[in-house]
Amino acid sequence: MKRRGSVLIGSAFVALAALAFAAPRVVAADKIDPATEAKAFRNYFTAKFPKVKLDDFVNGPYSMNADMRKQWVEKEEFPPYEFAVDAGKEMFAKPFKNGKTYADCFPNGGVGIRQNYPHFDAKEGKVVTLELALNRCREANGEAPYSYVKDEMASLTAYMAFTSRGKPFDIRIPDDPRALEAYENGKRYFYTRRGQLNFSCASCHVQSPGERIRAEILAPALGILNAMPIYRSEWNGMGTISRRFVTCNSQTRAVPLEPQSDEYRDLEYFLSYVSNGLPIAGPGARP
Amino acid sequence: MTVIRSIALALLLVTAAVPSARAASDADFKAAYAAAEAASKEAASLRNQWTTTVATLAAAKKAADGGDFDRAVAAAKEAEALAKASILQATSEKQAWKAMEIR
Amino acid sequence: MASTIRVRATSSGDITEVQALIQHPMDSGFVKDAKGEIIPPHFIQQLKFEHDGKDVFVADWGPAVSKDPYVKFSFKGGKKGDDLRISWVDNKGASDTTTAKVG
Repeated sequence: MKRRGSVLIGSAFVALAALAFAAPRVVAADKIDPATEAKAFRNYFTAKFPKVKLDDFVNGPYSMNADMRKQWVEKEEFPPYEFAVDAGKEMFAKPFKNGKTYADCFPNGGVGIRQNYPHFDAKEGKVVTLELALNRCREANGEAPYSYVKDEMASLTAYMAFTSRGKPFDIRIPDDPRALEAYENGKRYFYTRRGQLNFSCASCHVQSPGERIRAEILAPALGILNAMPIYRSEWNGMGTISRRFVTCNSQTRAVPLEPQSDEYRDLEYFLSYVSNGLPIAGPGARP
Repeated sequence: MTVIRSIALALLLVTAAVPSARAASDADFKAAYAAAEAASKEAASLRNQWTTTVATLAAAKKAADGGDFDRAVAAAKEAEALAKASILQATSEKQAWKAMEIR
Repeated sequence: MASTIRVRATSSGDITEVQALIQHPMDSGFVKDAKGEIIPPHFIQQLKFEHDGKDVFVADWGPAVSKDPYVKFSFKGGKKGDDLRISWVDNKGASDTTTAKVG
């Protein structure tokens, strides 16, 4: 009975919250200007954390907690993602059964290009992420796709990020209404509350970066994808951007979407775009 | 907070009064489960299913399979309440998300 | 296949500082997989560092050490260019060995 009571309180609360927002918020015909929005996004974080250097935001919790940073600096001498980078390098060089390699699928042989993903594909009319491009490359060469969340996919993206370290995110939104829509959809996903806990991505990563959630320190949304993929001690291994999205969703008690669903692709587009100019720092290590 | 609590209490009293009247039957369960399933499908179509809805629905099914229809009906009703709350959330967030946006 | 052992050893004065990272699942035997079946124990039982024919560090490990273990220690003696031999043996009898130069 106790449990049911709390559920009802929960739903009553949602209902009240809905009422509170029901008062129509008159927003002048929203004209989307991603460049201005990205600037506002960045300013929010630099104003909230005046002591954190802009490029340091990519280091997530370490940019906001001195103790964690000390441990991390020591850990970086022997980073736990090293095995993944090596495995990724080996996999990347190994030809497919048809003799071609990943390098044939990517500009510049796949080296130093992480900062350009995700990009908007005009032919498909959708956002293409690096993880998606990797699996498409495999499929185009007659190989079975990898799981999007860890292992091989994490190793490949770890290697590709490693070769791109320090390069600033350079995400473009072409003059195409579909690209703008993808950006807008990603933004909406980011701010939309979901799950029984009624959290949006922004609840943690905009409103509370640097704060603790249980034993963890929340990372700021600015630069949050620059360090992907990450070795998480909590996961006992590597995880991709897909894995991060899926776990974030289920932690708020929302049933996660399938990896590389349109929503996640758009979300990655939005999050990467607003971090334009910040350097790639992946692969990263997080507790 | 007192307002929320009294609303919740009122709801609690209403729902609690129903199942205690008599032992639930297979038919009661089927009706309650169908309603819960419909609501959960709607939530899924809004891309806003809650993990707790899925888990509670599964628990209802399991209880019914074990012949415990009182529990099965209670769980199905809970699942329906959860699914409806998630639908409400998805609907209100269609506009409400803008409140959180950095501008 | 690349070695499962990464080592970095640096000497300063008469102290040599050693860091090593070993790739190993270190399954404790108490964890279940997604299907609910126990993952059989698979962990390193002994890790050994030898310098100049002498053991400078020997660890007898059990299931409580985490995956991909990291070790850091220092020992007296050892100079630039010396060989450091590292080896491990696990409970399934598998092993790996590598030799690193003190830098």
